[in-house]
Amino acid sequence: MTLDINKIRKDFPILQEKVHGKDLVYFDNAATTQKPTQVIDEMVKYYYKYNSNIHRGVHYLSNKSTDGNENARKIVQNFINAEHLHEIIFTRGTTESVNLVANSFADRYIGEGDEVIVSEMEHHSNIVPWQLVCEKKKAVLKVLPFNDNGELLVDQLDGMITDRTKIVAVNHISNSLGTINPIQEIIDIAHARGVKVLVDAAQSVQHLKINVQEWDVDFLVFSGHKLYGPTGIGVLYGKENLLNEMPPWQGGGEMIKEVRFEGTTYNELPFKFEAGTPNYIDAIGLGAAIEYVENIGLDNIDAYEQELLAYATEKLSSIDGLKIYGTAEHKTSVISFLVDGIHFYDMGMLLDQMGIAVRTGTHCTEPVMQHFGIDGTVRASFSFYNTKEEIDALYNGILKVCKMFVH
Amino acid sequence: MTINEIQEEIIEEFAGFEDWMDKYAYLIELGTDLQGLDEQYQTDQNLIKGCQSKVWFNASLEEGKVKLEADSDAIIVKGIAALLIRVFNNQNPEDIMNADLNFIDEIGLKQHLSPTRSNGLVSMVKQIKMYGIAFNHVK
Ligand SMILES: Cc1ncc(COP(=O)(O)O)c(C=O)c1O
Repeated sequence: MTLDINKIRKDFPILQEKVHGKDLVYFDNAATTQKPTQVIDEMVKYYYKYNSNIHRGVHYLSNKSTDGNENARKIVQNFINAEHLHEIIFTRGTTESVNLVANSFADRYIGEGDEVIVSEMEHHSNIVPWQLVCEKKKAVLKVLPFNDNGELLVDQLDGMITDRTKIVAVNHISNSLGTINPIQEIIDIAHARGVKVLVDAAQSVQHLKINVQEWDVDFLVFSGHKLYGPTGIGVLYGKENLLNEMPPWQGGGEMIKEVRFEGTTYNELPFKFEAGTPNYIDAIGLGAAIEYVENIGLDNIDAYEQELLAYATEKLSSIDGLKIYGTAEHKTSVISFLVDGIHFYDMGMLLDQMGIAVRTGTHCTEPVMQHFGIDGTVRASFSFYNTKEEIDALYNGILKVCKMFVH
Repeated sequence: MTINEIQEEIIEEFAGFEDWMDKYAYLIELGTDLQGLDEQYQTDQNLIKGCQSKVWFNASLEEGKVKLEADSDAIIVKGIAALLIRVFNNQNPEDIMNADLNFIDEIGLKQHLSPTRSNGLVSMVKQIKMYGIAFNHVK
């Protein structure tokens, strides 16, 4: 099926906006995606008609909101094909999900001298929580490197694992390089040695269909806002037996069964890990976003985005002095680049003047920049609502900037 | 010229630009022409923190006047630094301390002024004022 991009673009009101008097070209989708009216309207509807705190009321509205929240959980469960509904925990986002796992998993399973493995291409939010935990537990953090194309050296993984290794935390897709990592292979290697795996899917759920049971992954984390949903909502999927064994992370309302000063007992999954009033309106928005994406079809989305990636890669590569960082064989629609003699910040500022939104800097992956010996890149990341004409605008924009720097 | 006279001059210059391209081309020119800082002065101490690009300022006091030099790895940022130097170089510490900067607003660079913007124009101005305060104290 070919997508009707013009029709899709009408679903996203912000794409009609002007920036500095120019048509907006939004190429910062890896940072956050725009929201379709279907998502915005669903959330507005709940605020207008059904808002009420969930799980605690006896009244009509509370039941409506509770149903909305639990329906969203169900949508997420189906989206990643989790076996049980209670394996879906709502969080604030990827970062909070990683912090939850790092702390709670470590409390149960990680001790002095144990090891955690992350990769060299992780987002800071899948590095720092593990560093904090390793420091606290006197555990060791090991790093799986990548080659100069931006491909993980997966054949080194088995050799890095020892009988003290407890978990491998790795991203499915790199936000700064676009690399799609061979997750199935990584999980199989780790599991063969009895090591658990957390997959950061922040950059992949919006591009590729994920099936947690097929992967047999132990934990999967992602954010709503990169999946055309609202900010402030994210997901932690965890296998039932692990989540049951792990202690609660935050305490408060909702997560308890009985509170006694002599000792409190905890609620069942998923509520054990959802302390306090949940962000149910955003959860409902996330549900609507997933329905929107599934309606278009992830296969269609992926096929079209691959087309955009190929087109943009070819065009940008033809520019004199332009170097792309991240040239893995399997990539999503992310292009990190630098042009000889032009600082990424200058490039970003000038493209902005032309209405083109790109991200500049380290993209929260400083180790990736250190690998290449650079301070940062310009990153253009495409979504299915982008067009080849917009890529032409980027191409012409870069040429214009180059010209400004010649004199 | 006083700080305010220089600011007026810059505002007039920028008023002549037709569009953003001219304005930024001029900043690029200023950045390219600004003599950088000797590597020995590109120290962590002189580095302005919180910028996506690296910016260094070095200041000294000569015969009661503040001498300023700056450098950056991003040319536009260096161009903005050049404007700041033009305004503040060779001024009295006291005048720098008390200066009321309006030219940034007037020439349409205000978008770079918000404290969260990563080019650190705010930090640059703050750093220069700190030099003003410090040298005023020395005097
Ligand atoms: C790969 C990856 N992991 C984690 C994150 C953090 O996501 P969030 O800031 O939504 O918690 C991001 C987003 O920037 C990301 O791209």
